[in-house]
Amino acid sequence: MTTAPQNIPSQNGPSPSPDGAATAPAAGPASAAGAAPTPLISLEGIHKAFGDLHVLKGCDLEVAAGEVAVLIGPSGSGKSTLLRCINQLEEPTAGRVRIAGVTQGYAEEHLADGRWQKLPSAQIARQRSRIGMVFQRFHLFPHMTALENVMEAPIQVLGRGRAEAKEAAIALLDRVGLGDRADHYPSELSGGQQQRVAIARALAMEPELMLFDEPTSALDPELVAEVLSVLKELAEGGMTMIVVTHEMGFAREVADQVIFMDDGLIVEQGTPEQVIDHPGSERLKGFLASVL
Amino acid sequence: MSTQTPAAPAARRPADPIPGRIRAKRPPRPGTWISAVIVALLVLGLANFLVTNPVFDWGTVATFILDVKVVQGVGWTLLITVLSMILGTAIALTAAIMRRSENPVLRGVSWAYIFVFRGTPVYTQLVFWGLFTVIVPKIALGVPFGPELFSFSTRDYFPAFWAAVVGLALNEGAYLAEIIRSGLNSVDKGQTEASKALGMSNGKILRRIIIPQAMRVIVPPLGNETIGMLKTTSLVLAVPFTLDLTFASNAIANKLYAPIPLLIVAALWYLAITSVLMVGQHFLERYFGRGFDDRTGGPAAKRSRQAAVNRAGTTPKDSLPEVEL
Repeated sequence: MTTAPQNIPSQNGPSPSPDGAATAPAAGPASAAGAAPTPLISLEGIHKAFGDLHVLKGCDLEVAAGEVAVLIGPSGSGKSTLLRCINQLEEPTAGRVRIAGVTQGYAEEHLADGRWQKLPSAQIARQRSRIGMVFQRFHLFPHMTALENVMEAPIQVLGRGRAEAKEAAIALLDRVGLGDRADHYPSELSGGQQQRVAIARALAMEPELMLFDEPTSALDPELVAEVLSVLKELAEGGMTMIVVTHEMGFAREVADQVIFMDDGLIVEQGTPEQVIDHPGSERLKGFLASVL
Repeated sequence: MSTQTPAAPAARRPADPIPGRIRAKRPPRPGTWISAVIVALLVLGLANFLVTNPVFDWGTVATFILDVKVVQGVGWTLLITVLSMILGTAIALTAAIMRRSENPVLRGVSWAYIFVFRGTPVYTQLVFWGLFTVIVPKIALGVPFGPELFSFSTRDYFPAFWAAVVGLALNEGAYLAEIIRSGLNSVDKGQTEASKALGMSNGKILRRIIIPQAMRVIVPPLGNETIGMLKTTSLVLAVPFTLDLTFASNAIANKLYAPIPLLIVAALWYLAITSVLMVGQHFLERYFGRGFDDRTGGPAAKRSRQAAVNRAGTTPKDSLPEVEL
């Protein structure tokens, strides 16, 4: 599909051989799924290089609608970068991201000379508006109250009326248990509360899928549970989610598939039982030993 | 020696819930008293000098402080200051946004504007704008070297007052552009990312998210620049515009051969206007500081906010993670 893997020389010579074997089963279901209905998210041969730094080295992943995929792996393994490629906060150096079958960021048809036609920024913004994202550091708008944070995008992007947006925002804040904090500024909220507002803010756009980039990593241990319980409720509600996290308990309980990444590659992939309880590769065993 | 008096006073104040509250005597601070005496002597000396020196002629100051020409001069000075700051800020914001643009043409134009208008004296620029109607007597819209569609005489639409305002605004804009650019850059990149992830367009991100947060950083130097502008307006005689405070008081001084009292008149008025502007700045800072610090400011509000955070029962060690820049 992509010619890029040939263009980018493999930098760590000795390691690819065990990887190749481990990656094969990951690629297997992806090609087999071709017969099944289109997955909501499909990543094909994603590479990402920042200058000389080759962060993603060819990742394939499919997530069906309603599925919860949890990305695990040591820091620097490329989990967050892969997640950020999905909503185009990073542009893949090679490979294609499809959401509901639609290529993200580029026109479906390539130009006659083989180049890809990049979409105008307004169209990219429209594609992003269908994908919710929650960040490790919350990134709430500090000059707006919790309610205003949640109302902002529906009004500015979807063109909703103030009254309608306010009603929806209050309902969302209630849903994350913060109905009584609507008029507080982010600086007046605890970390866990801020993250829950951030989740409500993303949900206000009625996204088709939600991306979570280490949503509990910046929180004190006693605040992690309140955020995870919101995530769990979302998953039970049928939201398609990709979650980068170190919370193995959460992965085991909620994930439909767990993806282990290391050194820019998807090394193992499967159900929580397969990946967390019966790790195949030495690298995954080592990683699990360090986090469990 | 004994700064701690344990349990004993608890008997006298049974209501105190804290046992053994420390009652401490401050260490002596003779420096405060010595400096107070020295400053008091200097102030008395200055007062004596001001009152007894006939050059100051306070009677004349009192006569002219509310003179019609002077008060009108205050009005014109204030009007020029406010208009040129508003226009200058608009120009500066445009230049700063162009400077951040991906479009190399816009970046170049912005750079050239700042280069020229920051690099030449404001006095020279004001003389130029005063002569504008001579240099460019007619503005015409038409095909270059071809027929003329529409034209007007600049003299009819560009009086000295507007030459002064435009001249000051263009000069100020070049300085403010750098202040605004650094303000825009000071906003956490995560804010842009979060807005992008919500599908907001670049224009809306700038207008709704980045600029309101940048204003918090921009307003204090903007206040400084406004006060600077207030005094730069005294150069508008270069245009020449002759109704401002400095020109009006100088004119009276020249007529009376009494320069010092009228300098004092002008100085008192500039001080008064500066005080008013500082009040305005305070309110602007409070408005744009919302969410970053207490809207009401005082320590009581800070305590109540902390209490609110505590009541939430989920207080993290760092309750203000959004504030770090």
